[in-house]
Amino acid sequence: MGRKLDPTKKEKRGPGRKARKQKGAETELARFLPAAGDENSKRLSSRARKRAAKRRLGSAEALEMQKFPGAKPLPGKLPKGISGGAVQTPGRMGAQSLFHAAQGKKRPAPAHSSEEEGEEEDSEEDGVLSQGDLWGSEDSDTDMIDDYGADSDLEDEDEGEELLPIERAARKQKAQEAVAGGQWSEEETEEEEEEEKGSSESGPQKDDETDGGLQINVDEEEPFVLPPAGEMEQDAQAPDLQRIHKRIQDIVGVLRDFGTQREEGRSRSEYLYRLQKDLATYYSYGDFLLGKLMDLFPLSELVEFLEANEVPRPITLRTNTLKTRRRDLAQALINRGVNLDPLGKWSKTGLVVYDSSVPIGATPEYLAGHYMLQGASSMLPVMALAPQEHERILDMCCAPGGKTSYIAQLMKNTGVILANDANAERLKSVVGNLHRLGVTNTIISHYDGRQFPKVVGGFDRVLLDAPCSGTGVISKDPAVKTNKDEKDILRCAHLQKELLLSAIDSVNATSKTGGYLVYCTCSIMVEENEWVVDYALKKRNVRLVPTGLDFGQEGFTRFRERRFHPTLRSTRRFYPHTHNMDGFFIAKFKKFSNSLPQSQTGNSAASTPTNLDLPEVKGQVTPKPEGSSQPAKKARVAVKAKQQLEKRQHPKKASFQKQNGISKGTDSGLSPVSCDTKSQASSKVQDSRQPAREAEVIRRPKAAKKLKQKSATPLSSKKVAFRKQNGPKGTDTEVSVSKTQATLKPEDCDQSLQNAKGTEKVKQQLPEQPSRRAAFQKQNGTPKGLETSTMSSRGSSRPPAAKRRKSQSRGSSHPVLS
Amino acid sequence: MRPLTEEETRVMFEKIAKYIGENLQLLVDRPDGTYCFRLHNDRVYYVSEKILKLAANISGDKLVSLGTCFGKFTKTHKFRLHITALDYLAPYAKYKVWIKPGAEQSFLYGNHVLKSGLGRITENTCQYQGVVVYSMADVPLMHPPPRSRLPRESAETVER
Repeated sequence: MGRKLDPTKKEKRGPGRKARKQKGAETELARFLPAAGDENSKRLSSRARKRAAKRRLGSAEALEMQKFPGAKPLPGKLPKGISGGAVQTPGRMGAQSLFHAAQGKKRPAPAHSSEEEGEEEDSEEDGVLSQGDLWGSEDSDTDMIDDYGADSDLEDEDEGEELLPIERAARKQKAQEAVAGGQWSEEETEEEEEEEKGSSESGPQKDDETDGGLQINVDEEEPFVLPPAGEMEQDAQAPDLQRIHKRIQDIVGVLRDFGTQREEGRSRSEYLYRLQKDLATYYSYGDFLLGKLMDLFPLSELVEFLEANEVPRPITLRTNTLKTRRRDLAQALINRGVNLDPLGKWSKTGLVVYDSSVPIGATPEYLAGHYMLQGASSMLPVMALAPQEHERILDMCCAPGGKTSYIAQLMKNTGVILANDANAERLKSVVGNLHRLGVTNTIISHYDGRQFPKVVGGFDRVLLDAPCSGTGVISKDPAVKTNKDEKDILRCAHLQKELLLSAIDSVNATSKTGGYLVYCTCSIMVEENEWVVDYALKKRNVRLVPTGLDFGQEGFTRFRERRFHPTLRSTRRFYPHTHNMDGFFIAKFKKFSNSLPQSQTGNSAASTPTNLDLPEVKGQVTPKPEGSSQPAKKARVAVKAKQQLEKRQHPKKASFQKQNGISKGTDSGLSPVSCDTKSQASSKVQDSRQPAREAEVIRRPKAAKKLKQKSATPLSSKKVAFRKQNGPKGTDTEVSVSKTQATLKPEDCDQSLQNAKGTEKVKQQLPEQPSRRAAFQKQNGTPKGLETSTMSSRGSSRPPAAKRRKSQSRGSSHPVLS
Repeated sequence: MRPLTEEETRVMFEKIAKYIGENLQLLVDRPDGTYCFRLHNDRVYYVSEKILKLAANISGDKLVSLGTCFGKFTKTHKFRLHITALDYLAPYAKYKVWIKPGAEQSFLYGNHVLKSGLGRITENTCQYQGVVVYSMADVPLMHPPPRSRLPRESAETVER
């Protein structure tokens, strides 16, 4: 018999009979296998996919209407869905990675991370729902949907996502509970759970029956029994990843609602210990690092973070605006077959590459230097640094040169950049990259960063991308998971502290347009980030300023037993799982005085209570030096420098500052400053020690300027008087020590030392050294070096100004004396 | 780092003059400042004076590079120009050759340009004249030394 002509089932005319048949077979099969499974999505034809989508939508609505009359399924599902979705991925890496890849297009815009999270979770949840719905409903559109196929698919999925049937069952059960108020027992062993799972597996259609059975067994968050110690040993020998994964989810679930879910007699720490061990085994982390991560993240985030480290971040590149524009480059690359998108609204030069048919690092545009492959998080510190044209910038750890070249392009090849790195091999890549990108204003050097202010200093801005433990870039280097230890972290932290202090010393606080330092690491450890920043705040005259990045998580102001300065809130942390870029930490400092703080024992104790006041005041004060270092009166500069110096350490001295400010009278800029100091001073207690100290410091800058005039002033006698006051502090020795070092230092230091001695003759004998060296350095070696604020000299030598200074200083010193 | 000696200057200028002729003066006196050539480890660097001042503070063994590297002196004191000089020579080139798009890739990968690949050429170009090669989009191109690969290693330096 011939084929019956069925006009109703007319197949679309396609390529050919055979092809049609083959296509038909595929589509037929697709009807059996649920199309919602992501691993199947690629095998389906477009029609089948559309059908599957229709099915899903239809069944979702149907299911919702059927099963959840009163309760709200979706919101209730969401929290489980999130954790379930996030945790499920390890089990279904193959499937979910595709899913994520499909999602990947949405991911790279970090500014929309929260929305993406929501989207992702929603879609995950939809996926979960749809899978659940599949076997719950009958397809209206397509032909037969086989229960058998659906079940088998369920079973397939069950291997990886054990929660799914349970979740579904739990949902139903909860709905029923809400109605019936069922009870569930707390004695739940794993075997019972598995049994229950098995029962739920076998009959999706038998939901009613299993619901009855489930009523005893509860939802997936039911009490999970911690395996006794014996079992733990067994795990170490032959880890069953599936079991461990399930246990991880169970423990996370228990810990989330510990009060009700806990097993009697087991403490929280036991659960946590077990969880740590399981996570370490499952994700191949060392115990130390995982312990640190558990301290850092709440449990739900922890799992997401670990997941995110398994997946590489998207490739991003930065347009070299010295040679091309982003849209031209994007056009050229698209023509070559690269699939890309702009990085996000926070970046004007970034592009993210989804896929590429040509090697992205070998295109003619790359070789011509039109772009550079750079991680998205590496663009942020340069944006925070905001280099201006004609500035002098130092990049202390520049290899492989991406940040340096970004700085150069922001400066449009003006000014000077000193790119330094301690590693000679990596310097070759810096040379290559900078030459390729057409950067002409850079000097590349090979110093240890800690040598810096000695070699050359006085930079307007400094970028310090400190070498770190690399815990934020685990996705790039999985070896970090196991080879980092307590002492590695501490060693890194120590090096970072040294580098940061050197970097601070290399910044010129009196720079007209600068005085900023950006410290960044690609690590998420608090020891390397907040701790180091806090250390620098205590040791140097710097303060934190907002980075200018409007996204990112704020840095910690307290962590476990440590307490940090509250301004640490202006630092930024970035994580792979929230922003889809490498883990990063960025802090921006502003240096407000070139002198070293007098580190005395009472210092830290006295300064901590005042720290809260300092930020506001500093905020108002620091713009002043910038303005005043311009052709303005040096005296104003000097006084301000003093004020800042003292405010940093002893706000109590502010009262004296205020007097000085008022006495000046001529300095309009000072009056607002004095108001600030007044407010501060009112809250402070007078310290007998401080007047002497501050008087000393007040003296110095004035004295420094005076040197040029060689004028004998009554001030010298006052200085002598102060000298005596300060005698017991042993400053003489400090001064002498610093004096020996002063030979290397700019004249300002010399002047200060001379002044400290208190001999006017010595002052006069000092040659009129032009103290206008831009690159003065502080006495690095002397923590207690009492230096004048070199801001005064920085301003430039102007004899008329000096004369004015003299009179002012004379006048101002009087109130101090009294 | 030191200034070039007379001999070295002569050799280098001769080489450069092959391509840009007497426009050499334009390289030195630029509107945005004076530039000069400095020799460091047998390489000639073209730097502006501002950069030079800062670079003077860095000791010779620690200095790696400054400004733009124009080329280097070989062991036998001949001067070889580098690709990094191309950006500076191209605007002042006296004789230019444009090659067709098809021949451009081949040239970039080290092959010779056939007559069929020639698009345009400055008139009165003599034989054996030093020329600067351009693509039809006026992008200057540089020919790698024969039998060498293009530097693919640098392509993979992705910054952390």
